[in-house]
Amino acid sequence: MSMKATVRQVDSVTVVDVSGRITLGEGCSQLRELIRDQVSKGNKKVLLNLADVTYIDSSGIGELVSAYTAVSNQGGQLKLLSLTKKVHDLLQITKLYTVFDVHDDEAKAISSFEKAAGA
Amino acid sequence: MEWSKLLSARTMTVDASVVEVTLESDLKNVEVAEVITQRVASTAGFDEGDQHKIEMAVHESMINAIWHGNKNDATKSVWLRFEIFRDRLEIRIRDQGNGFDPSGLANPLADENLLKVSGRGIFLIRTFMDEFRVEHIAGSGTEVTLLKRLSSGAQPKEGGTDGEHESHSSSG
Repeated sequence: MSMKATVRQVDSVTVVDVSGRITLGEGCSQLRELIRDQVSKGNKKVLLNLADVTYIDSSGIGELVSAYTAVSNQGGQLKLLSLTKKVHDLLQITKLYTVFDVHDDEAKAISSFEKAAGA
Repeated sequence: MEWSKLLSARTMTVDASVVEVTLESDLKNVEVAEVITQRVASTAGFDEGDQHKIEMAVHESMINAIWHGNKNDATKSVWLRFEIFRDRLEIRIRDQGNGFDPSGLANPLADENLLKVSGRGIFLIRTFMDEFRVEHIAGSGTEVTLLKRLSSGAQPKEGGTDGEHESHSSSG
């Protein structure tokens, strides 16, 4: 089972619903291209919804970091939504949980971008 | 993934406490190794949380073997051996590469490495397993050994040996 990602726009925020496996190979390269594409379109508020991610490995974690850096370098923000326990635990083990802005509630996550933009 | 996909294995030997399998060095076989690992870890008596940790450690080891060891050359093989003991599971994974020195790896938790894209695989293996060893076998390749102890109280569902490497040999 490979990774699937669909993009939707909620107000000014680009929400990416990711499902399946973010692992070395197809899953990682798909996510990388998708983020590059969004950044090149000028979408600088990106919310990655990881609720349906079944498996993530060290390469997948690297890809999340890469996405975070790519968006941040363009003056944007990348946040994470709805981590499964497995992803949550991995981000804690790798000390990345504090790097990412993680949300459980989509509406609150969206409004957190608005606040940042208005600040 | 279906258990039947194991037909992709080049060779496979199973008995009460030992599973040995040789897989084509291709990323698609990482999932095959995961399925075998999950089954073996469950049989050994590990709970779901530990089964996932062991599965992830094997996943990362397979990636290392296929990607770094065998340089993504599908004519090469990765050999796996699982042995269930009464108190632990030992997994050996061997590639045909030139090996690596795990002591030379940067700490992925250091502030300056936190936002690096790679360098977390071995760290995760060490975090999830009780022991991790790397050995270069002259003329053969690199073998990593992963060991996970069963917490007291957990029991293998079947099989499991008391002694060290009792001689078992069967095919099929």
